[in-house]
Amino acid sequence: MLELNNVRKTFNIGTINEKKALCGLNLHLNPGDFVTVIGGNGAGKSTMLNAVAGVWPIDEGEIIIDGVNVNKLCEDKRAKYLGRVFQDPMNGTAATMEIQENLAIAARRGSRRTLKWGISRKEKDEYRELLKILDLGLEDRMTAKVGLLSGGQRQALTLLMASIKKPKILLLDEHTAALDPKTAAKVLEISQKLIDENNLTAMMVTHNMKDAIAYGNRLVMMHEGRIIFDVSGEEKKKLTVDALIQKFSQTSGEEFSNDRALLN
Amino acid sequence: MFTYFTSLPPAIAQGIIWGIMAIGVYLTYKILDMADLTVDGSICTGMAVCTVLIVKAGTPTWVGILCAMLAGMLAGLVTGIFHTAFGIPPILSGILTQLILWSVNLKIMGGTSNVGYPFNKEFFISTSALGMTLLYLVLIVALIIGVFYWFFGTELGSAVRATGCNLNMSRAQGINTDRTKVLGLVISNGIVALSGAILSLFLGFSDANAGRGAIVIGLAAVIIGEALFSRFTKNNFALKLTAVVAGGVIYYIVYQTVIFLGLDTTYLKLLSALLVAVFLGLPYWKKKYLGKHEKKKEAKKHA
Repeated sequence: MLELNNVRKTFNIGTINEKKALCGLNLHLNPGDFVTVIGGNGAGKSTMLNAVAGVWPIDEGEIIIDGVNVNKLCEDKRAKYLGRVFQDPMNGTAATMEIQENLAIAARRGSRRTLKWGISRKEKDEYRELLKILDLGLEDRMTAKVGLLSGGQRQALTLLMASIKKPKILLLDEHTAALDPKTAAKVLEISQKLIDENNLTAMMVTHNMKDAIAYGNRLVMMHEGRIIFDVSGEEKKKLTVDALIQKFSQTSGEEFSNDRALLN
Repeated sequence: MFTYFTSLPPAIAQGIIWGIMAIGVYLTYKILDMADLTVDGSICTGMAVCTVLIVKAGTPTWVGILCAMLAGMLAGLVTGIFHTAFGIPPILSGILTQLILWSVNLKIMGGTSNVGYPFNKEFFISTSALGMTLLYLVLIVALIIGVFYWFFGTELGSAVRATGCNLNMSRAQGINTDRTKVLGLVISNGIVALSGAILSLFLGFSDANAGRGAIVIGLAAVIIGEALFSRFTKNNFALKLTAVVAGGVIYYIVYQTVIFLGLDTTYLKLLSALLVAVFLGLPYWKKKYLGKHEKKKEAKKHA
């Protein structure tokens, strides 16, 4: 479903801020894979997701989504293959527009935007049913501006928008990091539900080791711009937080220094 | 006092015309979230194209107005290309186009800075038939608001709105934000040039200097409309646009009143600019002051 072959990306080449973010990254995702991605700060987790999303062109390598080489496609062209949820709940939705308008915009991802009316009556009924899945009461507030919603509600709505067109790959970039633990749990539960119901292939970056173990069928650990640990199936189910931390210091040869991850 | 009241209907008419321009400013400033300084030039382009076509080429009035609008749209396209293809910040892109238009406008008017309509020629917009002029202006405003209401409800219009609200989200949802920005600038400057064409008919001439500070008048109209009528407009887009036009009218009534009270007209632009500066500052001060307030409250809570 997704192939990353020897992907390289360096930021600020030739300056003192030069940063090798991705150094020969290889990753192959099978259809239906739900991969959790962990790693220290600056390991390249978000950079990998942004490379897939086409936020900027990569320096080397190739990115193939469902058999299509998307190297040359810019961000808005790639959007038709992808669903994306960001760390900042403000990033995924248009605050000054209604809940139903946001969904209508997402529902037209990948198709030409014409002079037809932006939302049809039939769609509104569909959206009401979809919003019920979230179980947040949003189905009764479809004409409310998204700016009135809480961070968790906005993140849940973004998830719905991301999955509404059944993307080839769902990219979740630390999408619960800005939420309180209770809301984060709820948003994770919704993510799982939407992934299951739509049979999505997903990548979820997280700083929470427990979540990384509990969710998905596969876990990858990144370090210095490449994947250093890749485990799936039964082996992944047996993982513990301690084992992961040990694995990290073992493979990378460094103390696992990420406080945020340890605290979790 | 009598002269004051007789001066009001022309002021209202001019207010509506500038209000039309302010709708264009509203589109860039409020919907696209960028200050587009092209308008200072494109309003004159509208005036010049309309006047020259009617006076020198002898075209019907509507052809003059339509071509003025197209010329304004072209100006918006230039600004849009500067911004999206050249990567120049929107304000600077607008300033560059504005400067280009200074030359273009003078060239259109044949090298002079002022071209007049013949005195004996009557248009549907004129100072001599104010009643009908006001009626036509209201109809034009209603038409523009209707078209705007329709367009920004369509798939494409929604994409333009989303672009102004959240670039990140728009791109993630497959919107080509460069294209929507250019589209917004094209429409906005088309409306601005349209108001310029109508203004030239109303004043009876076009002037290369008439656009100086147009953006400030537009912003003033938007701000006044919002400050006075936001309670009534709620979230209705058509009402919001109506409030913008009303803001333009109020601006011109105040303008007329200040002149009547004997203020040196040299100061008018200074006052307009200061007024806009203060109103733009208000939300910032509010945040700063209220922010402090909240912090104190927060501190108390944790104490």
